[in-house]
Amino acid sequence: MTRFSKFNVSAIIIGFTFLYLPIILLILFSFNESRLVTVWAGFSTKWYVELMQNQGIKDAAWVTFKVAFISSSVATFLGTIAGLVMTRFGKFRGRTLFSGMIYAPMVMPEVILGLSTLLTFITLAIDRGVLTVTLAHITFSMCYVSVIIQSRMSSYDDSINEAALDLGCTPFRTFLLITFPIILPAVVSGWLLSFTMSLDDLVIASFTSGPGSTTLPMKIYSMVRLGVTPEINAVSTILVGLVTAGVITASLIGKRQRQQLAQS
Amino acid sequence: MSIKEIQIPAFLKRTFNGRNVAISIPYLWLLLLFLFPFVIVLKISLAQPVIAMPPYTPLFSWGDSLWPKIQAGLDSYLFLFSDSLYIKAYLSSIKIATISTVLTLIIGYAIAYSIARAPTRWRGILLMLVILPFWTSFLIRVYAWIGILKTEGLLNLALMTLGVIEKPLIIMNTDLAVYIGIVYSYLPFMILPLYANLEKMDMNLLEAAADLGCRPFKTFWTVTIPLSLPGILAGCFLVFIPVIGEFVIPDLLGGTKTLMIGKVLWGEFFYNRDWPVASAVAIIMLLLLIVPIILYQKSQEKAIS
Repeated sequence: MTRFSKFNVSAIIIGFTFLYLPIILLILFSFNESRLVTVWAGFSTKWYVELMQNQGIKDAAWVTFKVAFISSSVATFLGTIAGLVMTRFGKFRGRTLFSGMIYAPMVMPEVILGLSTLLTFITLAIDRGVLTVTLAHITFSMCYVSVIIQSRMSSYDDSINEAALDLGCTPFRTFLLITFPIILPAVVSGWLLSFTMSLDDLVIASFTSGPGSTTLPMKIYSMVRLGVTPEINAVSTILVGLVTAGVITASLIGKRQRQQLAQS
Repeated sequence: MSIKEIQIPAFLKRTFNGRNVAISIPYLWLLLLFLFPFVIVLKISLAQPVIAMPPYTPLFSWGDSLWPKIQAGLDSYLFLFSDSLYIKAYLSSIKIATISTVLTLIIGYAIAYSIARAPTRWRGILLMLVILPFWTSFLIRVYAWIGILKTEGLLNLALMTLGVIEKPLIIMNTDLAVYIGIVYSYLPFMILPLYANLEKMDMNLLEAAADLGCRPFKTFWTVTIPLSLPGILAGCFLVFIPVIGEFVIPDLLGGTKTLMIGKVLWGEFFYNRDWPVASAVAIIMLLLLIVPIILYQKSQEKAIS
């Protein structure tokens, strides 16, 4: 009954081909000699060389990296608190609204988030720029972090905290010395998710950025609108490579920690 | 006098204890940057467009009288309902989102079900392979399809070389390309909740059905599917709600005929610079999505606790 049937094998093979073939082709054609994306004319790294000379892309990459680093760090801080508030603080006034504000941004269409955040910045007379993009990214990223923390806390063993409190440890010290180290892997994956989401975002950044704060996705988008070029393939390949390396490293760290936990 | 000697009033101590401060930091942030913005959008949707910065009229003006003059109007909303473009765009978004959610569900279910049936030691790596594309840029994944689907693209090249077709297929800039793009981009959002549900399923129930003579296909429909309903619902919400407002996919893969409300909102804001209409479009979209969003929130809260 529970055997792994031919149907299962083919679903997995077809499914993963569908998921990966476009990305593999994209990477392949970034090394194409020809400007045409569909005609293979031999191996070349000239598009990467050209990319390195493109000041616009380099500037956009720097802006994106700054925004992603700051927004993911603040979002991790706020999201971790929000996740703990949701799981360990019991009932408090306005809890339903709080929970709504955490889940809604995750499914809310990006155009609505982008428009509403921008109009708020204009109403509050905050100049559009790196700061506004960062604030907008923190807001949606902290919700994802909070959910990751919440699902980690749902399998958290309360008795260790109770032991610390019984022995006279203050709640805050208990958090720093006991809870935080235990949930650290979840905090780290929250940070990584926030970082890549900020790195990815086109729609919200387009609304909230101003002159001089063009992010990499905005730059890529304007290039894509002009047509498919191997240069876009090259910058995409670099991004895919970075993210893949990051995700694999994170999962290896997680695996090692789980093994250590299992041994102890 | 050292700091310790200052007497802090009791009510202040009660208000500013660690617990309340911890609650209020993320709470205030979300109130200011998530909830309050909707009030602003609502306000601007009731204003008139003007050529100025910001390009809309203020809702209150003082003038000579003692009382502020209120200049709110439903003009933008009336405009939305008088021009059939907007209604068509809403309906078309619902249609595209519904069809692509069903397609994603069918494909996602087959994959999630198969991963849940795979030998235990493979499951982790298979699941990671599903998540990996989800971490790579949305824009890049959509861009990858342009090179495949366009008239002189890789798909047509492959099919013509193999002799399957003689003339290239026109897929790029049609609704079909939008469906492919949506299914491709949102597949991980469907697979993850489905897998989480299917993996926990009690195999004894399936064996019991088989022992009692139920055929595998019937067992699947009468036991597996109903048991996985929470996963199906979560996956469908995660796809349907954001797809309604999708901008990147219809903009890059769809044609001029592909109407989606996210694209309309973008156009009103960036090209027409009509902020009140763009805000009204957003408010109506929000009204459309409020019920699915609340249902999604309830299902998620239940799943975590």
